[in-house]
Amino acid sequence: MAVIEKIPAANLIAKIPGGGIFLTTSESVLKWGKASSLWPLTFGLACCAIEMIATGAAEFDIDRFGAGVFRASPRQCDVLIVAGTICNKMGDCIRRLYAQMPEPKYVIAMGNCAISGGIFYYDTYSVVKGVGSLGIEVDVFIPGCPPRPENLLFGLMKLQEKIRNEKNAAK
Amino acid sequence: MDTAQTKDIYTEEFLINMGPQHPSTHGVLSLELKLDGEIVTGCTPHIGYLHRSMEKLAENRMYTQFIPFTDRLDYVASMNNNLGYVMAAEKLMNIEIPERAKYIRVIIAELNRVASHLVATGTFAQDLGAFATPLFYCFREREKIVDIFDRLCGNRLTYNYMRIGGVQFDLSDDLIDMIKVFIKYMRPRIDDYEQLLTSNVIFLARSKNIGVLTKDLAISYSVTGPNLRASGVKWDLRKDLPYLVYDKMEFDVPVGENGDSWDRYKVRIEEMRQSLRIVEQAIDLLPAGDPTVKVGRIHKPAPSEAYFRTENPRGELGFYLVSDGSACPYRLKIRSPSFSNLAVVPELVKGVKMADLVCILGSFDILMGEIDR
Amino acid sequence: MQPSEISGIIKARFAKAQDSAAGDIIVPGEILLDVARYLRNPPLAFDNLHCITAIDRKDKVELVYTLYSICGHHGLTLRVYLTQGDLNVDSLSEIWKSADWLEREVYDLFGIIFKGHPDLRRILNPYDWKGHPLRKDYSSPAIVAKPKL
Repeated sequence: MAVIEKIPAANLIAKIPGGGIFLTTSESVLKWGKASSLWPLTFGLACCAIEMIATGAAEFDIDRFGAGVFRASPRQCDVLIVAGTICNKMGDCIRRLYAQMPEPKYVIAMGNCAISGGIFYYDTYSVVKGVGSLGIEVDVFIPGCPPRPENLLFGLMKLQEKIRNEKNAAK
Repeated sequence: MDTAQTKDIYTEEFLINMGPQHPSTHGVLSLELKLDGEIVTGCTPHIGYLHRSMEKLAENRMYTQFIPFTDRLDYVASMNNNLGYVMAAEKLMNIEIPERAKYIRVIIAELNRVASHLVATGTFAQDLGAFATPLFYCFREREKIVDIFDRLCGNRLTYNYMRIGGVQFDLSDDLIDMIKVFIKYMRPRIDDYEQLLTSNVIFLARSKNIGVLTKDLAISYSVTGPNLRASGVKWDLRKDLPYLVYDKMEFDVPVGENGDSWDRYKVRIEEMRQSLRIVEQAIDLLPAGDPTVKVGRIHKPAPSEAYFRTENPRGELGFYLVSDGSACPYRLKIRSPSFSNLAVVPELVKGVKMADLVCILGSFDILMGEIDR
Repeated sequence: MQPSEISGIIKARFAKAQDSAAGDIIVPGEILLDVARYLRNPPLAFDNLHCITAIDRKDKVELVYTLYSICGHHGLTLRVYLTQGDLNVDSLSEIWKSADWLEREVYDLFGIIFKGHPDLRRILNPYDWKGHPLRKDYSSPAIVAKPKL
């Protein structure tokens, strides 16, 4: 009984007495599946990449949130964690990678440089001022320079909450 | 394989882009490879994907304001970058730092060297196929060092700890106890890694005699750091041109024999052991006193120049500061070790298989943040 | 070897080499390649070209070469002054292989042409970038100036 209450769609689940069957809406199950198995792309650009690896390592363990399967190919990924500074040469590559990801896809901007250019905003000629200025829609912004692994996990949980509250699950 | 059946088959070389987003290039490096089947016949690196124009930025920031930017150069060994920059600035301004600050700087720099070599070893083993175990072990130990730095200065990766004139916070007694506990904990762990990797048959087959860098080629390309020492050249700035208090420390400089990838890995493992020795000696000799001299925050040195190079975990990092009397430097040049280390890789990968190219690139331990600046 | 000995040997061999105030050797651009070849061989044996950089001094451009000798344990800094209208100098990439990428970087950031370089292209900025960023007169619409507080 206690286990069922922890499932996010708990208020919609009705347990049929006598058997191991429960009722819910297909939307909630779909959203629960999407949120609990986000596969990120190995896209560490700069310093935030080291914190991303540390989040994947043993002490902070992103795998317990279902997002520990880092894939190298964008065709197999759900979420693009942009970790690090984006420069002019790299801007085109990011757009191409984002276009190659299949729907439904999400973007997390990790670190100050990915949000707005960070400490490289002023007096530089070669830094793109944030992922947003490339024309990519960002779902979660995680500030910090670099953000602690706990912050990245909190950002991931926010993204999971956002997915679970989506209006249209089959996005 | 050129058997009787295959030698009449028409083959062609093709170009493939081991592009900026790749799990094994250790950052945003693009390698344009010409492949003949599995053999690499040509390699052209394209860099600049992380060019953050730090040298132009330095001309608009005061000397103290630039210290956080040096953290972001070689972001795995941030303390060593801070150290190189503030030593160049102190040489420019003729500032003498207290003895306690010198010993604290040596302790912190050597701990960061251990952390950096842990990352290098873990990712090298991951590239060769030991997918998770050495990486997780190495990062588990790195968390202990990062915890010490976190208590010291508040950040896990980009510390901004050294200042012109000393260090920002003093090393308190409980931090010193933490470091002593860590050294005792770390020594058997290095033996653990050696047991996992050093005489492992697969590791030896994948890294012995792969990417042999001869002495003359290494010196001609100005390769520095563990890569140079693995090729048989006994050159370490901490022994040959000592700075801070390294001349009072007793430690060995590990040197390799063949210059292959296995030697580069082994030199880093031995350097970790020597670094722990240095930290122990520095803690015993740590004098009492102030951790910094009061020099104010805005500096306007006389028009002159200074160049200072330190031994970074990846090689020799040099900072060249030119001042014109104003509060900001007129020119700052950062001589990064990975820039010259990477230049030799295209020569070494001609004629090897793709998988060996990944091994060679991993064993050189380059970092794009300092190549592109 | 002491710095005064080294500069004595060089000035004895090359009449045009001069001492600078900071203890370095100033060499005119025309004899740079000969001086470099001489420095590479014994007795001076500078086998390591550590760093090449340039400073834009408004009326002229100063090229600074930092050389070290691992076997001899001594170092030297060479300076070459170039006038703003004529930014050409010989490439040293056939003598020291490290000059290859270091000269490409100086070309990218300052616009100095190295004659005889095997592959003089930009290295840090995109290949079609206009202008040489580290010059003092460089301006770009992408630069957002830091506001004065």
